[in-house]
Amino acid sequence: MEKTYYDPADLKKFGKISDWNEELGSKFFDYYGKVFEEGSLSAREKSLIALAVSHTVQCPYCIDAYTGDGLKRGITKEEMMEAVHVAAAIRGGATLVHSVQMMNKYDKLSM
Amino acid sequence: MTLKSLHGIKSALSKTEKQLEILSTGIFEDGSLPTFSEKIKSSNQFPIRPKKIEILQLNVGYMCNQVCAHCHVDAGPDRKEIMTVETMQQCLDVIKNTGVHTLDLTGGAPEMNPNFRWFVEEASKLGVQDFIVRSNLTIILANKKYHDLPEFFAKHNIHVISSLPFYKREKTDKQRGDGVFDKSITALQMLNEVGYGKPNSNLKLDLVYNPSGAFLPTDQKALEHDFKKALKEDFDIDFHSLFAITNLPISRFLDYLIASDNYEDYMYALVEAFNPDAVANVMCTNTISVSYDGWLYDCDFNQMLGLKVASKENHISLFNEQRLTNRTILISQHCYGCTAGAGSSCQGTVT
Repeated sequence: MEKTYYDPADLKKFGKISDWNEELGSKFFDYYGKVFEEGSLSAREKSLIALAVSHTVQCPYCIDAYTGDGLKRGITKEEMMEAVHVAAAIRGGATLVHSVQMMNKYDKLSM
Repeated sequence: MTLKSLHGIKSALSKTEKQLEILSTGIFEDGSLPTFSEKIKSSNQFPIRPKKIEILQLNVGYMCNQVCAHCHVDAGPDRKEIMTVETMQQCLDVIKNTGVHTLDLTGGAPEMNPNFRWFVEEASKLGVQDFIVRSNLTIILANKKYHDLPEFFAKHNIHVISSLPFYKREKTDKQRGDGVFDKSITALQMLNEVGYGKPNSNLKLDLVYNPSGAFLPTDQKALEHDFKKALKEDFDIDFHSLFAITNLPISRFLDYLIASDNYEDYMYALVEAFNPDAVANVMCTNTISVSYDGWLYDCDFNQMLGLKVASKENHISLFNEQRLTNRTILISQHCYGCTAGAGSSCQGTVT
């Protein structure tokens, strides 16, 4: 067994998730493929969203995959970093907005 | 940026045998990945045979004013291989006597061949349908004697195809050298000034995009849209089409892949993107590549790997259209580069 939880080589084996449940696995990949098709949002915009979300869910496979995908699409490093800041701002905002709850509770319990 | 060619620094990778060994061992020997012949056998496309010979691609010399990090020719100022007038004359004879309708001059920087202009004048008298010169753009500004190239190209109705790896300075300069982007932009503006690339102009100006790194190109149309928008808005430049070309894992690009520890991942990406539809239209099915010294190859990549056509008539002086059409194309794992995704050729995608 590997001594680490993540192995970059495992990204290439993503398709194997269907091995133990063919039906759900293939439904997932059909869905996945459809989601990233050109639609009301361009495939380029979707790639940037995926990159930002990859950082939020802190998935190293997804970060590798969508950095490479962005490079292919000609997405610049400035655009990539701005997308990550959007993710970071929402994450930071999500933490901070909870402080309203903290303040409410504090006030309620205090004389 | 590498200032000398692999040939100049006597790198092991300047030897074609070494490159072919790397491409045939490791992941392709231990069964991790199928070889190209195994792959096309599984789709019943082995062996690859030519159709009609339509394009003659002449490599008129490996000398170049640039030393690009990805160059499959390993071209540079230190390369002295140059096509002679005698070989050029033999090429003219072939154009006259065969069904070839497209002439494609490449290098190095083809304009640096001392007999380049003579050859263009002679060849254009033969009424070739499409006469291409692959210009690296910066050559136009490299020396006063090249400044009138746009007018010279226009006079002979040359179809100019130029490399511009990206519409931003940073990526272009990283691949092609400092200052290349600004010079390329000026050269494109000079070509536009004489009528090249304008929306309804007959003077064709196409650009070539190839990824500046260990990744594959994406959709050619999407890239063309991005390039057109950026070059028009930022520099008022017009061009006709963009060709997206995949970097093949040979020569300097192979050296880069190995040095940056990207070789295996890149080969996995190429194999994963294998598209049987692209195999039917790969450029070796309608092109013959001629080296500076007159030898014949299935493509410019096979030329750089020293793989001469599998025919007894393997020199321009022995050119035999019928025998060449009956040959079998020589393949190795670099061929995955032309069959990935929408396919790749000197004219861009093939599907």
